[in-house]
Amino acid sequence: MKTLSHAEVGQELPPLTLPAVNRTTLALFAGASGDHNPVHIDIDFARKAGMPDVFAHGMLGMAWMCRLLTQWAPQKQLRKVDARFAGITQVGHVISCRGKVAEIIDFNGERCARIELSTSNQYGQVRIAGEALVALI
Amino acid sequence: MIDKAFIGRELAPSTLTLERGRLRFFAQAIGETDPVYSDLDAARAAGYADLPAPPTFLFAAELDSGQSMALLELLQIPLPKLLHGEQGFTYHRPACAGDTITVRPRITDIYDKKGGALEFVVKTAEAHNQRDELVAELRTVIVCRH
Repeated sequence: MKTLSHAEVGQELPPLTLPAVNRTTLALFAGASGDHNPVHIDIDFARKAGMPDVFAHGMLGMAWMCRLLTQWAPQKQLRKVDARFAGITQVGHVISCRGKVAEIIDFNGERCARIELSTSNQYGQVRIAGEALVALI
Repeated sequence: MIDKAFIGRELAPSTLTLERGRLRFFAQAIGETDPVYSDLDAARAAGYADLPAPPTFLFAAELDSGQSMALLELLQIPLPKLLHGEQGFTYHRPACAGDTITVRPRITDIYDKKGGALEFVVKTAEAHNQRDELVAELRTVIVCRH
């Protein structure tokens, strides 16, 4: 049983690195998430939209970012997560998710870790900046 | 320009019944390997009534219902100009397979940056289950780039 009650400011969450984004991943995520926007799965549509290629759904990156959290703490302890999509994740990008305990705060009467989150590609470019609150129970 | 008169507009609700097969498919699509998200015994051992919806799954409700697309039509945002700017979730209780979740959104802000080159629409929603318990709050910022 994981216990998080000893989480400390500055502590880094175990990182999560994903396989390179490919078209199969995007097709599966389109179906599973319900986001059928063709800009993510149809290169002809993407090019007409002025993009060089299909690109990853923002919500795929956010789902990966949340996997970083739930591999550290049970999802039941997740109180809040926010993501700002800072840049497009292209086919071929290798995304790494990172998180660090930024502070321990009281949130609705619960002791929570505020986690600063990011996902970045193999070139070190941030794709998502985020934060989360995880109850320390 | 997107009409700021839409600020405050309540949008049609979306109802999504969570199914085990869909949740397993979603877990597979995001590479989730924790058995809590695919194995019923593991989910129950972890204290869930059934397979839990992963943290971002409820975003599917308005996609499945067609309301996400309907909103773009209402605001006259063409799909090729659409970007997802921000997304947030605040959690109140788990949503699990077998639950029927109703998402009720409203437009809470519309603004622009860079002299109108980027327009932003903020939508907030509450998600309740079939017992009318608050499950989560969702906040979405969509961007129209010109």
